[in-house]
Amino acid sequence: MPPLTRWYIKTGFVYLVVALLGALVLAAAPLVRLPAPVMAAGPAQIHAFVVGWLTQLIFGVAYWMFPKYSAEQPRGHNGIAVAAYVLLNAGLLARIVAEPWQAVHAGPWPGYVLVAAAVAQWLGGVGFVLNTWPRVRAK
Amino acid sequence: MPRVSVWFVRSALVCLALGFTLGAVMLAAKGTGDTALVPRLLPIHVELLLVGWMLQLAMGVAQWILPRFGVQGVARGVMPAWIAFTALNGGLLLVAVAAVRPGSDALVLAGRGAEVVAAAAFVTSVWARVRASGLSAM
Repeated sequence: MPPLTRWYIKTGFVYLVVALLGALVLAAAPLVRLPAPVMAAGPAQIHAFVVGWLTQLIFGVAYWMFPKYSAEQPRGHNGIAVAAYVLLNAGLLARIVAEPWQAVHAGPWPGYVLVAAAVAQWLGGVGFVLNTWPRVRAK
Repeated sequence: MPRVSVWFVRSALVCLALGFTLGAVMLAAKGTGDTALVPRLLPIHVELLLVGWMLQLAMGVAQWILPRFGVQGVARGVMPAWIAFTALNGGLLLVAVAAVRPGSDALVLAGRGAEVVAAAAFVTSVWARVRASGLSAM
């Protein structure tokens, strides 16, 4: 298993635990008075699960198992693949911090971080698509 | 990778790129405070990523990796898989179009119907390929 796949999958494991922990905390909302940023973390919690866990697990396994790009570059362009991993995770982390922040104290700074998070995650997704596309081909 | 898998997986990658684009637009809109478009884009974003990306990728990879050797009957051919591919993407398109056209309940119904056809065709195409190999311990 290549190192980048291990990073994807292990980071995905961390997000799995964080996302389910978040779901547990949010499920306590009717019983316990939660801080306002936590109450506003619903979309971030869903994305920790769907992007941080599911999508990241798929990205890691696809990078490992899809047909080879070439003998010299079996998994495509490593620079793009690593950049996709870094951007996806940086963007997701920024979102998890900034989205509740913006919901509770709307202002320019959390807004800038959210825009940066959106761009980073988009670039991460597009980077994965660009690196994977040429590896998807008929025998 | 068989040709039908290539179409499934590449179509899934297109849906991933489109779904991430809509997601980025909505997230950036939250940052700028201009969230008027979010309620319209959200259902398309969800449909593209759950059905177009994850479900379609799973179907494409299943067509590729499930054992084919020795299979008899309808699962030997590729027609059910192509029906699944066509119906899934047709259904996805109908549901996405309906999301931007308020009052398009008939389109949503037709799209969901096409997705059911896709699921049935997919299951038909792989059912007989899910079996013991005789090599595994379990």
